[in-house]
Amino acid sequence: MGATVPGEASAEGAPARSFLTTISSALAPVTGVVRSLEIDTRMLGMIGALIVIWVSFNIVSGGTFLTARNLWNLSVQSASIAIMATGMVLVIVSRNIDLSVGSMLGFLGYTMAMFQAVWIPQSLGLGFEQPFTWVLTLVIGIALGAAIGGLQGFIVAYGGVPSFIVTLGGLLVWRGLIFRYAQGQTIAPLDTTFQMLGGGTVGTRVGALGEWPSWTLGVVMCVAIVYVMISSRRRRRRYAFPVRAIWAELLVGAVTCGAVLGIVLVANSYPLPVNVAIQYAEEHGIAIPPGGLFIPTGVAFPVVIMLIVTLVVTFLATRRRFGRYVYAIGGNPDAAALAGINVRRTIMLTFALMGSLAAVSAAVQTARLNAAVTNLGVQNELDVISAAVIGGTSFSGGIGTVPGAILGAVVMQSLRSGMVLLLVDSPTQDIVVGIVLVAAVGLDAVVRRRVN
Amino acid sequence: MLIQKPAMPGVAPQRVPIVELRNIHVAFGGVRAVAGVTLDLYPGEVVGVVGGNGAGKTTLMRTLSGARPPDSGQIFVNGQPVTIGNPRDAKALGIETIYQTLALADNLDAPANVFLGREVTSAATLNDAAMESATRKVIGRLNPNFKNFKTPVLRLSGGQRQAVAIARAIHFNARALIMDEPTAALGPAETAQVHALIRQLKSEGIGIFLVSHDIHDVFDLSERISVMYHGKLVGTVNKNDVTTDEVLGMIILGKPPTKLTQQELAELHG
Ligand SMILES: Nc1ncnc2c1ncn2[C@@H]1O[C@H](COP(=O)(O)OP(=O)(O)OP(=O)(O)O)[C@@H](O)[C@H]1O
Ligand SMILES: [Mg+2]
Repeated sequence: MGATVPGEASAEGAPARSFLTTISSALAPVTGVVRSLEIDTRMLGMIGALIVIWVSFNIVSGGTFLTARNLWNLSVQSASIAIMATGMVLVIVSRNIDLSVGSMLGFLGYTMAMFQAVWIPQSLGLGFEQPFTWVLTLVIGIALGAAIGGLQGFIVAYGGVPSFIVTLGGLLVWRGLIFRYAQGQTIAPLDTTFQMLGGGTVGTRVGALGEWPSWTLGVVMCVAIVYVMISSRRRRRRYAFPVRAIWAELLVGAVTCGAVLGIVLVANSYPLPVNVAIQYAEEHGIAIPPGGLFIPTGVAFPVVIMLIVTLVVTFLATRRRFGRYVYAIGGNPDAAALAGINVRRTIMLTFALMGSLAAVSAAVQTARLNAAVTNLGVQNELDVISAAVIGGTSFSGGIGTVPGAILGAVVMQSLRSGMVLLLVDSPTQDIVVGIVLVAAVGLDAVVRRRVN
Repeated sequence: MLIQKPAMPGVAPQRVPIVELRNIHVAFGGVRAVAGVTLDLYPGEVVGVVGGNGAGKTTLMRTLSGARPPDSGQIFVNGQPVTIGNPRDAKALGIETIYQTLALADNLDAPANVFLGREVTSAATLNDAAMESATRKVIGRLNPNFKNFKTPVLRLSGGQRQAVAIARAIHFNARALIMDEPTAALGPAETAQVHALIRQLKSEGIGIFLVSHDIHDVFDLSERISVMYHGKLVGTVNKNDVTTDEVLGMIILGKPPTKLTQQELAELHG
């Protein structure tokens, strides 16, 4: 470039610049709208990317991608990664990493399976299929997850060992423990109520909300969204701060509620499998109509669990001191310490939270399989970290959102499930996902450099 | 000529200092960053702390902030011996600090930084609106043109960032303020604003340690000047009793004015 004649440079440079200016001036009204909507542009870009992926797969697959059946399955497959990704956001935001989540998941899933299939019924002699089995198993699993995650966090925060090393060790240790104690055995079957957490069916019991509870959930969520929007607007009003234009407020509210109700609609458009439906009809004395029986499945329990986890972790991250401290530590650890924040304790807690979320995902995955297998959760850490990173979490710390990570998980799972539909083999899937991961982060870096 | 204890007109000698540092030692490995320094600070007084790069000014001030407790030595607040083991202890005693590095969380906005570690909550959740409102008031005192209350401080100018750091120190009713080069990044107008602020805080009875390399600012604002040289205190002088050249001599040569020769003073301008 240094040797270029000035005349040439301007001849090449000018059209390029005017092209860019044309684009940015054409986009001016759009950026204006985005600004008054006050939405994270990164989030908007991800939603755009997701729509492009969905529509492309739908066209290429001849219309099989955007079906209720496929989307329902997609939602269930995304759930267990998304659940852990919410915690991984906080871990990465505070400038750490947890490579052990897949192994923790395997270890916790195995322990929970032992608990309900061996220890409660046999060792304690309480028998199988107790009504409390699933809750007890879940609570103990989550507590154990928090304990082993917290232990790793303790070594990171108080021992001063880098989290990469501690959790790399954890990855080996927790997996090794499973092999040592399971000795290759699969533990099955699990408690039937527990199995519901995985979204599958057992006889006529279905791991989903069903039609009306799903609608109720959707409406409750919409009311909550509107309530939060109104109350935060009121609060800003009370202090005479600038607020969003009313049309922007309405648009954001309508789109968000529309998306929620749309998800419910899709879940309710997915019928129960024929044999389950027939058995259900017989048990409940429902006459089978001539056109066949259509019983809506509704929102799957793994998705319900994911929604609850999302709400809880988002609340912790944005409305509580804990979350504020996690972000402050990620932005500037020294400043956080000088502000009087207990940095060590906060970091330990992020790892404990991560461990308990690994337990929740372990419950979902073992319940879905109706078994604990020794390789449960293998390589999940890669999917979870990728979801967080595609969702905008930055490795330099301090940046990342929980909803972003959820979207990241859905984007990744969409790619995988779309490729499965197109009969792409698994090595090729890995290649594509790997490239998308790097491209997404690279593109983001370029855009950020432009903006700043 | 050399004043060891304050005996200035207007300040009654029997008043109790807000802060007293006695025989403070700090070493980093073999480096004796602060070696036996004794300083005090009275209400409504500005004490300039000067010295060359690496003289130990920041390290001394950080013992008082709780950022790095001293290896030995005592700290008295209002005449009572205290232990300042961490920044929270210092803040609880009414000692606030504007750090040389500002110590801001770059990814958070101004209100989050001002209230970092002391968030306003209602019903156990962060009350961002209340914090923003208070931040608007306190920053308005420093820089009326400040508008970016919702942007990460990373995207603010150096002077705006400094305003955030100052706002954080003055919002919580400090009794003693440590300002480690508070105007290093400021333009002339903003510097004037900070000077006005220092005078106002002084009139409110707050004691201020002002660390600065600008000898004229120090002469302008402070009553007494403490000079450090290689971790030791050269001396504390009443500014009315010395010339800027004499203070320069103390900074550069590490000798009290009485021991400076005319030749040495002349060479300072060489
Ligand atoms: N964290 C640390 N670890 C090791 N040595 C340190 C540390 N902080 C300061 N020092 C050393 O202590 C001495 C005093 O440093 P200090 O920062 O207190 O100087 P200063 O007077 O504030 O200098 P400046 O005018 O450049 O800000 C220096 O020799 C420095 O190298
Ligand atoms: Mg310094």
